[in-house]
Amino acid sequence: MKVEPKAVEEVARELYVRALKVLPPDIKQGFARLAAGETDATAKRVLGTMITNIRVAEETENLLCQDTGIPIYNVWIGRGVEIGGPELKNAIRRGCERATREHPLRSSVVHPITRRNEHTSCGPGVPPIHIDFSDESEKLVIEMIPKGSGSENNSWLRMAIPAEGVDAIKTFVVDCVLEAGGKTCPPTIVGVGVGGTSDLCMALAKRAATRPLGSACADAEGAKLERELSEAVNLLGVGPQGLGGDSTAFAVHVEIAATHITMNPVAVNMQCHSARRASASITPAGVEYGF
Amino acid sequence: MAHHVLEPPITEEQVRALRVNDTVTLEGALYGIRDANQIALFDKGRKTKFDLRGAAAIHTAPNVKKVPPSPEHPTGYAPVCVGTTTSARMERFTRPLLELGVRIIVGKGGLAKGSLEAFSDLGGAYLAIIGGTAALETTWIEAIEDVDLDDLNPESIWKFRVKGFGPLLVAMDSHGASLYEAVQQESRSRRAQTLARLGVK
Repeated sequence: MKVEPKAVEEVARELYVRALKVLPPDIKQGFARLAAGETDATAKRVLGTMITNIRVAEETENLLCQDTGIPIYNVWIGRGVEIGGPELKNAIRRGCERATREHPLRSSVVHPITRRNEHTSCGPGVPPIHIDFSDESEKLVIEMIPKGSGSENNSWLRMAIPAEGVDAIKTFVVDCVLEAGGKTCPPTIVGVGVGGTSDLCMALAKRAATRPLGSACADAEGAKLERELSEAVNLLGVGPQGLGGDSTAFAVHVEIAATHITMNPVAVNMQCHSARRASASITPAGVEYGF
Repeated sequence: MAHHVLEPPITEEQVRALRVNDTVTLEGALYGIRDANQIALFDKGRKTKFDLRGAAAIHTAPNVKKVPPSPEHPTGYAPVCVGTTTSARMERFTRPLLELGVRIIVGKGGLAKGSLEAFSDLGGAYLAIIGGTAALETTWIEAIEDVDLDDLNPESIWKFRVKGFGPLLVAMDSHGASLYEAVQQESRSRRAQTLARLGVK
């Protein structure tokens, strides 16, 4: 299957706008579950406003949140997909720029030292484009995640040591949730990376934070840990917006990688309640959009 | 838990009447402030043309679109999506902002002790909006009336005209009360039992 860069550009443009406007069904269900179980009166009102906002965004075709985030694109290339690598990356970047200019969207991206905003949502190394391969034939999948800064500013890495054991991981996650308080726009998805190198550990945390609700870690020990932590963090009483209540997190997600005999790294990255993502599959039949 | 409707200019007496857990609806002018424009004002010595005495300000940088200037859009900007950003990053600007005369700060996630002291010393309050609900918030914005320091766009200082902006929750008042501090104390007191539940030794 030959894929034209122009088609990828169009998909990259469309995905950014879609992701900003409509929340995935698993997140909407997550809201319904939290609202049904919440016992705090203020928290119930806060969750109600968030649910109303999801409806208003769809009705007015407006952005859910003003923070257009750092645009992230994840790409999975199936077997038999033909497109030049540099052309693929350039097409995604052009699509991201076009979404920003044509919608228009607030460019939330600046040079890290001069703080200059080019009003394109792009800059050195941004958007991050992560490319991987899949076993599916003639299928190119692109996922787009606008990662808001309120949650991204609350990211942590701890290079714990083996003698500290799993207790270090659990304690770190609880302390990060306490430290974040209301700054991350809770209820959040708490993404936890366990193992790997320092950079891989942080990437695992991001993957965990942006995984659909209801999905589980593929590793049995990781899945057990995420179940325990999901229950525990909601005992802390931080609540929606840090104003108190039971609904601190939709879930804690864990992703793991093997690590060194001397290492025990743990990373936390959070996703805010506006847990936005959109995806598209390009196949010989055409483009199909989803979440 | 009273409800207040406030239209700037807001007096010290009005702001000191606010107590945590009260609710407020704002009418009229609301100034959008942010990291870059406060760095410009308070670190780099730039001045704003706006008179902020008695003003209400919100931590934001909106999505706007350029339109031909008209009576409805005097600045040539129309609002697309106006929301609220995390206040904590701008903690150290609360006091100088209040010294310029600002009485109300609208934000999300709360401010810290230094701000609470400034609210008490100078007469101010922090109103919590629900972060991440910008589509709803945008329906309360009537127009962008004016803009200053626009070279910092989107982190310009925006003057919005709002109608029925709220209800917002008084989360920090001028009498030393902060809902955030109360929740933080409570949640930190639950740390030990939560770790015990996880079997942490």
